Parts: sequence; C-alpha cells; structure tokens
Amino acid sequence: MEISQIFKTMEYGPAPESPAAANAWLDEHQREFGLFINNQYITPGEAQYYPSYDPSTGEKLADTVQAGQQEVDAAVAAARKAFKTWSETPGLIRARYLYAIARNIQKHHRLLAVLESMDNGKPIRESRDIDVPLLARHFYYNAGWAQLMETELQDYRPVGVVGQIIPWNFPLLMLAWKIAPAIAMGNTVVLKPASYTRLTALLFAEVVAEAGLPPGVINIVTGSSKAGTMIVTHPDIDKIAFTGSTEVGRILRRQTAGSGKKLSLELGGKSPFLVFEDADLDSAIEGVVDAIWFNQGQVCCAGSRLLVQENVASRFIHKLKERMKHLRVGSPLDKAIDIGAIVDQTQWNTIDGWVKTGTKEGGELFQPDIEMPDRGCFYPPTLITGLNPAAQTVQEEIFGPVLVSLTFRTPSEGIALANNTRYGLAASVWSENINLALDVASKIKAGSVWINSTNLFDAASGFGGYRESGFGREGGREGLFEYLRPVWQERPRPDFDLSTADEAQSGWGAHTPSRPIMRTDGKANGDFSPHVDRTPKMYIAGKQVRPDGHYTQAVIDPKGELVGQVGDGNRKDIRDAVEAAHAAHTAKPGWAMRHGYNRSQILYFIAENLDARRDEFARRIRAMTGRSLKSAQAEVEQSVKRLFTYAAWADKFGGTLQETTLHGVTVAVNEPIGVIGIACPDENPLLGFVSLMAPAIARGNTVIMLPSEKYPLSATDFYQVLDTSDVPPGVVNIITGDRDHLVKTLIQHEDVDSVWYFGTAEGSYHVEYESAANMKRTWVSYGIQRDWLDPVQGEGHEFLHEATQVKNIWVPTGE
Amino acid sequence: MTTNNNRNLGMPLDLDWVMGARVNRSAVERRTASLPKRRSIKREWQAAWLLRAITCIDLTTLSGDDTPGKVKRMCAKARQPVRPDMLDALGVEGQDITVGAVCVYPIRIKDAVEALIGTDIPVASVATGFPAGQTPLPQRIGEIEQAIEAGAREIDIVITRTHVLTGNWQALYDEVKQFRETCGSVAHMKTILATGDLGTLKQIYQASLVAMMAGSDFIKTSTGKEKLNATLEFGLVMVRAIREYWERTGFKVGFKPAGGISKAKQTLAWQALMKEELGVEWLMPNLFRIGASSLLTDLERQLYHYISGHYAARHHMPMG
Repeated sequence: MEISQIFKTMEYGPAPESPAAANAWLDEHQREFGLFINNQYITPGEAQYYPSYDPSTGEKLADTVQAGQQEVDAAVAAARKAFKTWSETPGLIRARYLYAIARNIQKHHRLLAVLESMDNGKPIRESRDIDVPLLARHFYYNAGWAQLMETELQDYRPVGVVGQIIPWNFPLLMLAWKIAPAIAMGNTVVLKPASYTRLTALLFAEVVAEAGLPPGVINIVTGSSKAGTMIVTHPDIDKIAFTGSTEVGRILRRQTAGSGKKLSLELGGKSPFLVFEDADLDSAIEGVVDAIWFNQGQVCCAGSRLLVQENVASRFIHKLKERMKHLRVGSPLDKAIDIGAIVDQTQWNTIDGWVKTGTKEGGELFQPDIEMPDRGCFYPPTLITGLNPAAQTVQEEIFGPVLVSLTFRTPSEGIALANNTRYGLAASVWSENINLALDVASKIKAGSVWINSTNLFDAASGFGGYRESGFGREGGREGLFEYLRPVWQERPRPDFDLSTADEAQSGWGAHTPSRPIMRTDGKANGDFSPHVDRTPKMYIAGKQVRPDGHYTQAVIDPKGELVGQVGDGNRKDIRDAVEAAHAAHTAKPGWAMRHGYNRSQILYFIAENLDARRDEFARRIRAMTGRSLKSAQAEVEQSVKRLFTYAAWADKFGGTLQETTLHGVTVAVNEPIGVIGIACPDENPLLGFVSLMAPAIARGNTVIMLPSEKYPLSATDFYQVLDTSDVPPGVVNIITGDRDHLVKTLIQHEDVDSVWYFGTAEGSYHVEYESAANMKRTWVSYGIQRDWLDPVQGEGHEFLHEATQVKNIWVPTGE
Repeated sequence: MTTNNNRNLGMPLDLDWVMGARVNRSAVERRTASLPKRRSIKREWQAAWLLRAITCIDLTTLSGDDTPGKVKRMCAKARQPVRPDMLDALGVEGQDITVGAVCVYPIRIKDAVEALIGTDIPVASVATGFPAGQTPLPQRIGEIEQAIEAGAREIDIVITRTHVLTGNWQALYDEVKQFRETCGSVAHMKTILATGDLGTLKQIYQASLVAMMAGSDFIKTSTGKEKLNATLEFGLVMVRAIREYWERTGFKVGFKPAGGISKAKQTLAWQALMKEELGVEWLMPNLFRIGASSLLTDLERQLYHYISGHYAARHHMPMG
C-alpha cells in the first residue's frame, strides 16, 4: 500500500509473526507424529492418524496418532517404571530437573508461542506474552516445591502414576498446570492433549527431552476420547486430573467412581463480571475486553455474564459498544489483532447456535461493524443485552466471544444474581469502594475473585471451582495436595467388583423400615420394674423431632441383646435436616460468618460437656460394642482431645497470602464448603462421629450426621451435649437409621455441597457415582478402616482440607 | 495550521462531574502495558505513521542556553524535518511535511517567527510562569499578552498545581478561564497539567476535566521539567477525560504528551493509544501534538531503515 495513502487514513496494516521455524519443525517430522513415551516417539504398527488444522486458514498442519489400548498400556507402564525411581529421587534433584525444563521453555519461547497460535488460533500476543511465560513460571514455581517437599510436606507422599486430560483452549498452559505440580511431588504422568490441539504438547515433550528429564516421567499420548477413557479406567493409574467441560467431568466422575483413584476436575463456568456504580467505568470496559475477548472467549473462567448496576448501565453499555468497534479480528500470527480464530468449525457452530438462541430469547444482539477475515474460522465479538436470568444464554456456558448482560439494583441483588448459577469458577468485581468490593468478593461462590481486574493467573495462586465448576485446585500450595496422599495411606484398592456396579446400583441403599424385635427368652423388661423407655428421636435444627416415617430401629449388642432403639430415618428426615443446615447458614449471624473465635468457644464448650459425662459415654460404648470399659474410656478421652484439636483449628486455618506476580495482594481464603452430609464409620461410634463432625463445623460448615448404623447411641446421647453447648440450631443435625439408605438421599440431594462416607467399598462407589449429578465434593473410605485413635490418621490437615475450599481473591493496589 | 472548526468553548464548572471521577491505577497500568503489544505497526504502515508523527511534533527548545542561533537552526529543521531524498523514496515528496509547531520561551518567539516566515508552521510559546507557575497572576497573564504580541499563535500555559493538590477546582477553573480569555481568538491554548507534580491519577483526570471546562484547546502532560514526564498512564487518563468531555459536550479537545518521548517505538505506542481511545482524528496535528526535541532524529533514522533496510547512523541525519 502507498505510504502517502496510509499517511492520510492512518489505518493499521498486517504485522505478521513468521511461522518459519514452526513450519521447519513440522517439516522435519514429515508432519507426522508418534506418541511420546519414555522420551521417544513411538509409532504403532497400524497407526490411525488424526489431522491438526490451523483454524485461521483451514490448512492441515500435521497428523498425529490415535492411541489404542496397547499404546496407553505402554505409556502407563513407562510411567509406572519411572515412578519407582522418580518418587525416590531427592527433592533437590527433581527441582533441578524442573528448573532445567523451565529454562528450556524460555529458550524455545517463541517457537512454542508460534506453534500454539498456529494450532489453536489464539493471537500471538497472548501465546507470546501470557501462555508461554506462564508455562515457564509454573515449572519455576514448582521446582521450588520439589525441593521444599521434604521439609514442608513431610507427612505426604506422591500418589503414583497420574493420568491427565487437558482441553484445547490453553494447550500449553493447561499442560503446565497439570504436569509441573505432579512431577514436582514425585509423580509420573501420562498426559493426553485435546484432539484439536496436540502439536505443542509434542513440541513441549521435545523441549523436556532436551532438558534431560529421565524417560517415562512425562509421557504424551495423543488420541480421541476413547484413549481418554482408556487412561481414566486404567487400573494402574492412581489419579486423574481433568480440565474440560462439566459434561465430560461428570462422565469421568462416574468412570472413576469407587476405584480409589484420586480425581480433580476443573470444569466449566459462567462467571459474573460485576460493575458497581462507583467503578472506574473506562477501566472496567478494558476488564470486559480481557474477560470475554481473551482467547476468543474460549476460557473456562471467562467473565461471560456482565452484571451492571442499573444507574450506570446505559452509559456502560454505550462505552462498551464503542470499545467493541476498536477490536481487531484477524490472523492469529498478526501482532496487531485482539481476537484470533475459533478453534474449530464445530465450536463456531456451537457459538453461533447460542447467539441465535439468545436473540430468540429476546436478547438484543450487538456485533460491531468491523473488518472480518474473508476465510478461516472467525467469530465477531458479540454482546447480547436485555436478557433475564431465565434465559438459557444467561445460564449456559457458550465458550466463545459472546457476552450477555444484565442489570442489578443493589449490592445484595448483584451478589444474588452473581450466585444464581450452577457454576462457581471465577468472578470479577469492579468498584472503587474497598468495603464493597471485599464484601462482594467474600460472598460470591467462586474459586477466583478478581477485584478491579480479571483473568489474572499465577503459579503461586490456586485455581479451581466451586459447585459444578469442579473440585481441586491447580497452583499454589493448595494445588499440591491433588498430587499427594498422607504417608500412612496406601493407594486404596477397594474390595468391590466394579463390573457388578450397575446391577448393584438398583439394590444399593434400598431399605424396608424395621419391625419390632421380640425377646426370644420370653423375659420381662427389667428385673423388678421396666426401664424407663428412652428412645431418641432425630436431631434437626436443635430439636428432637419424631422420625417422619414413624419407624424404629433396634440397636443390638454383639451378643444379640437389645441395647436400645433409635428412629429409622427416611428421605424426608434428610430433607428436613438439609433445610435446617441451610437455615443455620442464612441465620444472622450465619454459622460460617461467625468468628473462628466464636466457633472455637463452642467447640471447647462441647468438649467440656462431653468430658463432664465421660463415664456415661464410656458405659454406652461398652454396652453397644461389648468392648472393655478401659477401651471405651480411651475412646471418650480421645474424643474430648479431638474436640480440643478442632477448637484450636477453628481460628487458625483461614488462609494465606499468596506470593503471586500481582502488584497488590492475593489472598487464599479457606472457605467452608457449605452443607456437608457425613456418614460415620461403625468402628469407634463416638470418636468416629466426633472426628468428622468437629473439623467440619470448626471450619464453618453445617452438617447432617449419619451416625454409625450399628452403634448409633453415642451420637444420640450427644444431642444433650450439643443442647448444652450453645451450638446454634441446624449446625449439627443427626439422622439415625439405615446408613446407606440415608446417604443415598444425601448424595442425590442437589443442595448438599459435600458428602463424606466412611462405609463400605460398594457404598463408596455409589456415593462417588451419584455425586456427579451436581458435582458435589466427596470423601469416601472405600471400605478401608482407619485408626481413629491415632492422631496421625484420625485428625489434622487432611480433615481440614476436606472441610474447606480455597477462594483466591486478587486485590491489585496502587492509587 | 492549527485549524479546529469546532473549537472548545468550555462550559460552566460542573463540580459533580469532577467529583464523580474514578480512576483505578492498577487497571490503567494493565491497559497501558498491553496496548502497545496489541498494536504492532510494521513496514509501510510504520513509515506512514512515523511520518504522521513528525507532523505532530512540537519541536521544542526550552533551555537556559537557548540563543537566536539555536532557535534558527531548529526552525530550519522544522521546515525540512526529513531529508528530501528520503521523502522521495517514501513517495511523499509533495505532502509538505513539516513539524506541527516550534515551541520556545517567550523571549525567543521573535527569532522563531522570523525563521519561519513563508511557512504555515505556528510558533508556540510557554507562558504563565513556566515551568512552576509560582508567579503572581497578573504577570502570568501579561506573559500571554506579550507572547501573542511577539507573534506566538499557540500558548502552552502551566496551571497552579497548588489548586489541584488542595482540591480548589474553582480556583483552577477561574485561572485557566482567564488564560483562555487572554488567548482570545488569536492563539490556541494548551494547558500543561504537570502530571508528575500531581498526587494521583484521579487528580489528573479531574484536572483534565476542569481545564477543558475552562476552555483549553489542548491538554498537555508535562513541562519536561518534572521528575516524571509523559507516561502512557498519564496519557491514558487524560485521553479518557477528553473522550468523556467530547461525548458530553461535543467539543474535541487535543492532547499533547511532552517530555521523555525520544524514540520511534514510544511514538507508535502513543499513536496507538490515541487511535484506540479516541480515533483517527486524534492522530492529526490539530488534535495531537508531541512535545519533543531529540525524537525527530530517531524518527528519521527509522524511516531511513525502512527505505534502505540498513540501520542508520545518527550523524547522517541533519541536526536541528
């Protein structure tokens, strides 16, 4: 073009990044890639191939292998073999390997970035300035943890061979989130990149091999979802880490149910972007750009639901539309564009389908009149205004450059709308009022909250969801626990045949209410006069209430003698208990909103009142279990101690300051999960009950306790301890009866946030399987007992970890 | 040269608007960090943009050692900022490429006016107690009058920073309005906020608004004498204020970053900022000026590189 012409129009021109090196790399491999196993490319004899395309041109970049069972087996075997030595490798040595990988990533920074943009369609600015620098950052950060593990995480060990499945939106960054902490903690990995974007994982593998990582520590297996299933169901895999859609997350939860594999899921979102009237509106507009037009909106934590305070809404929307006219859509390798290509035509169709739905739902569509490339898979930046929460497009994840907007009147309405979603991945809050901003941040149910900013990431801060956005964290110290288990714990190998699971499902949890048990000896009750009948009811909302079904269950000692009776609970008792547990949160002050100090006082009070009745509780344990009085006394003694432990922890596990790259403050807050249903073990009827209840309530959860089915009387005796200890109504609810029958209702209850199950292997399977309905957290025993009397097994960090979820609040500073 | 058919007439001081200003520094910093990386300008586009930047330069000398000779040399460069052979090579020989203005101290105005006879290049003069503004008001107004008398057609005034720092918006408004009235229809007025002296970005935004309400034709970042000169953060805040003022009043106010801009790469970032936040109109000299002295040589060298493919020697570019 003529300079004299541009001199007048002052338009932008192309600023292309050269693909020469990336193309040379592809050519050197004849544009055909095998699987990366044991630091070598393996190409199976009769390999099936799958093409990778550049979505901005539609041109094929290369073919990669579709792995089959044999290849998956080979990769897992390689990882297993490497695990033996890698897990024993001193932390400092592992740190040096991770450091070498990080250095090598930086050495090949541009090549990685260019290939990423070619394969995925994201702007080179993003891959160059965000994705690849963060890739290196994660290896540096975790190199440090590899070394510090020996001193800072002494009570933990690696989980083993980890299967990792990552999505196509951030192929390299998601790989870093998965691999870096895993190998830092001494695990070995089999990673499957997404089908659309496999190439940079293979280039990364070469970068790793060049850095000299021992063979088998990192294995890259390309393949379809079938290969994914092979990894997920492989018996020699100890943990699965997945990032992707909630739909697939559910499938994985079900596929791994009852297997004893650890699971972390980072799933979808429909994250709110709240703009308050006192925000810096111009800056908030740029926030929107970063929220929904970063990576073409194909971001799980994209701020895709704009919530603007009504009195500034029209101004804000006007500014936003003006801003959208300046967005540039174009070739991903152009250094002067904002929005690149959508990853694939299929995704484009999905996005377009949602936009059409949005207009059908009454939304007003705005797409700026900007230049669009004449070929390739591009979608214009899109805003849909005038929708209501009832619209599907407001509720469902679109995963594209499409923003929907709503308005709110007051902060509390803004929060309510923000939380009116099944998801809980992230949120962005814009206000110049620190009181308002921090209050809103604390009330939004999401794993990451960015104040006056959005889509900030760093290895030092955990990322992960609340609700159906998944569980587990990636990044920060909190993220390491996904790749660790307590030293004393073996990999659970549940004694349950998964192949019988489906059949068993129909029968599991079924229960016919109990009938009277007649004495067989024909004697009267009591020698001279009958005992005063003392049959406990249910304990709901701080009151004893008759079981809904009006059925009663007998408690029999090991000799077959009747020790007492308890209510035989049903689903309605569970329903009522869950309502009560929620009411305890919405009460003023809600249980979670109380100070840790207050909760610790209450736990100390519980301990005090239990201690006062130690003899009675010991006698009861002896009567139910037939154990010696001494053993029963020891259990009561330990229970009092345990209450003290969690009274201590009630105000000492609030969170940490994260040392991220943000100029400002990043705070990791250990928030309560919410409402937890807890099925207690039969061993140690009192101690098991206390060991599970206490950490949950200490950290601000409210609970529905299902006591030991065989020996429930320690829990029912506990009613009076709770009554006399200032425990607010609904914080602890206790339902007796058939444990599996009751837990089935709990796990299917969609307003229960977590279920802990200390029962059979079969029950553990069902709890994990059914949890997928609302992606609630679970913690199950797989039928394996633990020694509750041993403080190493019976209390501590593992319990606190299960009782909390981490929210990272990013607060930039500077005036 | 400086033609703006829609000259800012100002408006009554609107304190609600001023007090409602909100600026979030960290968000501003993120925007200015990402913006230059979102807008890479290469090849012939870069050449055209740099040429355009040259036409926006207020070629400046504001030193104690300025002499008639120094000013004359600078004016010669202002007439012919790029070597003719280079203009030929760029295919813009007929475009009458000169800088936007020359900017001098009041005592040097006459030298400059004489040196620029036969051109449309306006002479700009600093005034009103430049650079600190700590001079009694009558003298400051007198400086404007004398500058216009001497032939200046653009007046770069400095504000009383005290008014901003103490939140005395009325006093600031009154002062700038008086300066503007003194400039009348003869001279255009650029209001220097001396952003490096101000406390917060919010104050910069507020001072920008007040300066525009009082009738400034341009708002300008710095005198070049503060510790902190024209940063993109200051610029972003000021151009957002310009945009807001334009949207509410319909008046287009110009912007002039000054101080510390000496490289072509910086210039492109400033231009991208103007185009992204305001639009192409604000890339033209009637609404955009860059106050600079050594920048021109670097721009010339980059143009030479575009033409020849070789990196240029500084001493091959005629001095200003």
